[in-house]
Amino acid sequence: MTRYIVRRVLIAIPTLLAISMVVFTILALAPGDPLSEFALNPAIPPEVRQNIRKNLGLDDPIPVRYAKWFRQVIKGDFGYSFRSRSPVLDLIKMRLPTTLAVIGVAYVISVLIAIPIGVLSAVKQYSVFDNIATTIAFIGFSLPTFFTGLLLIIVFSVKLGWLPFIYRSTIDTPGLLGVWEHIKQAIMPVTVLALFESAALMRYVRASMLETIHQDYVRTARAKGLPARAVINRHALRNALIPVVTIIALGVPAVFTGAVVTEQIFRVPGIGSLLITAIYDSDTPVVMAITFIFAVLVVIFNLIADIIYGILDPRIKYS
Amino acid sequence: MSEVTESRVQAAAAGGALAELGALTAKKPRSLWSNAWRQYRRHRLALAGTFVFLFFVVATIVGPFLWGKSATAIDVVNAMQPPSLEHPMGTDTLGHDVFARILWGGRVSISVGVVAMLVSITLGTLIGAVAGYFGRFIDSTLMRFTDLFLSLPTLPLLLLVTYLFRDRMTQTFGPLIGMFLLVVAIIGGLSWMPVARLVRAEFLSLKEKEFIEAAHCIGAGTTSIIFRHILPNALSPVIVAATLGVGSAIITESTLSFLGLGFSPDTPTWGRLLYDAQDYIQIAPYLVLFPGLVIFLSVLSINYIGDGLRDAIDPQHTL
Repeated sequence: MTRYIVRRVLIAIPTLLAISMVVFTILALAPGDPLSEFALNPAIPPEVRQNIRKNLGLDDPIPVRYAKWFRQVIKGDFGYSFRSRSPVLDLIKMRLPTTLAVIGVAYVISVLIAIPIGVLSAVKQYSVFDNIATTIAFIGFSLPTFFTGLLLIIVFSVKLGWLPFIYRSTIDTPGLLGVWEHIKQAIMPVTVLALFESAALMRYVRASMLETIHQDYVRTARAKGLPARAVINRHALRNALIPVVTIIALGVPAVFTGAVVTEQIFRVPGIGSLLITAIYDSDTPVVMAITFIFAVLVVIFNLIADIIYGILDPRIKYS
Repeated sequence: MSEVTESRVQAAAAGGALAELGALTAKKPRSLWSNAWRQYRRHRLALAGTFVFLFFVVATIVGPFLWGKSATAIDVVNAMQPPSLEHPMGTDTLGHDVFARILWGGRVSISVGVVAMLVSITLGTLIGAVAGYFGRFIDSTLMRFTDLFLSLPTLPLLLLVTYLFRDRMTQTFGPLIGMFLLVVAIIGGLSWMPVARLVRAEFLSLKEKEFIEAAHCIGAGTTSIIFRHILPNALSPVIVAATLGVGSAIITESTLSFLGLGFSPDTPTWGRLLYDAQDYIQIAPYLVLFPGLVIFLSVLSINYIGDGLRDAIDPQHTL
């Protein structure tokens, strides 16, 4: 097992290197110049602009720039934002808590909704409950998040006026009232994400549970006279959840990237909206850092999913 | 299938059992595709989805000719009109007829979906087929490559590449064609991986079958074996993946446009209409409602079509 983990980690490193190279090359090859704003500024003569380029290292060949960037990243330094002139890491640190809070709550809620509904749906296959649940799930993951978000805004902000539709991180109302305001503004973004994620997850839970229910050992458990509840909870559910746990782990990076859209709808000041503004501003260091962080998330959670699967399912052999 | 029936007809005639002969000739032989169709028809929601989607396709092709109003004519006097008989979906800030824009934009949205799917299926099938057929070094290289693409953070990359390359593309090919090519290429280029894995798995098992050995024996060439003998047998899961791919490509394009990184304002794709409408959500919610609804309905119907096809032609899913 340990050897397996070590080997998987060793494979993950070249993957990350390759991804960062791909993104770096795309950014470097792209037309458009981060200094284009200076080009329009008559106060900056061309020689000065040339000097700035040289100081920023923009004239070096791509591999040299990549090597420089990489050496810094190893030390945990993502450079400075072209736009706000502050360290990229500080910008990300400032935005990350909001994103983590919204996404984390949404993902936990979606898991808590998806598992019981999926299990019940599978146990009572073709029942009215199952039909309703699968139909809602089907609709749920066919609904693009940007449309659900706008719909919620129309209903709860515009028509009913219950919830604010712009997320503010600057709420400073003291006491319980402030907490309530924080919760109120998070309700819609969390709902949008949770609805989409739980719909997809519920289908997995149901499929996995259906597969386990028909296994021989479940029939054996029934045959030896165990009560239905014990058969489902102790024999079927525990095994059905093995692939589900993997899916949950694999889904984390996707929730992060999916949050880019949700953050944009509700103007949540998280890293998703930071990415969008950075792309618009040609702020290469910020874009590179966030994309790289997303890539790291994908690789790490793939790794976690593999390891969890190995721990939960002792039938898997590592050779 | 028909050969079998014929030989049985002869056998029956030779045996003199004329009654059996009558019964056999009365039944039309069933082909693989008619079997699939019989199965497909039973999935009522899939059938409904087919009608809805075909309706959308026909409406967007024929609609702009039948619906007399222009999608681009500016009529500021009649701006921001709520839905009425004159304008069934209202008018936007510049007095454009939203219904005409939805019909027109649907052409772009649906063709982006279809063409992007074709790109991703072609890439995926080629890579999967080559990897699965040749095996060994080629296989492991291509699969490493596929794994790398699977770990790329898709949404950030999509946003990044469209933003970076859209000016150059629109300069070279014009605003509509240039953007279309770019969007289709990136969506296709970042979504072929699951198809490649599917096709590879099919090829790995099919190439060991006796009929492929027979094809080798009659001297069929490599290309002929790959495309004439193996590929048609590996097609079922690919068709299902292709159908679902259209839906997700439509969502991806809408997401890009919704974030303001897709088509230009004079190309009213469904996502772009939503992007333009979100700022007026308080005064004109219908501007959000209609484009969102058509995106949702087309994706939902495509997903149901895919579901029905899976039941009908994917042998692993036959109950």
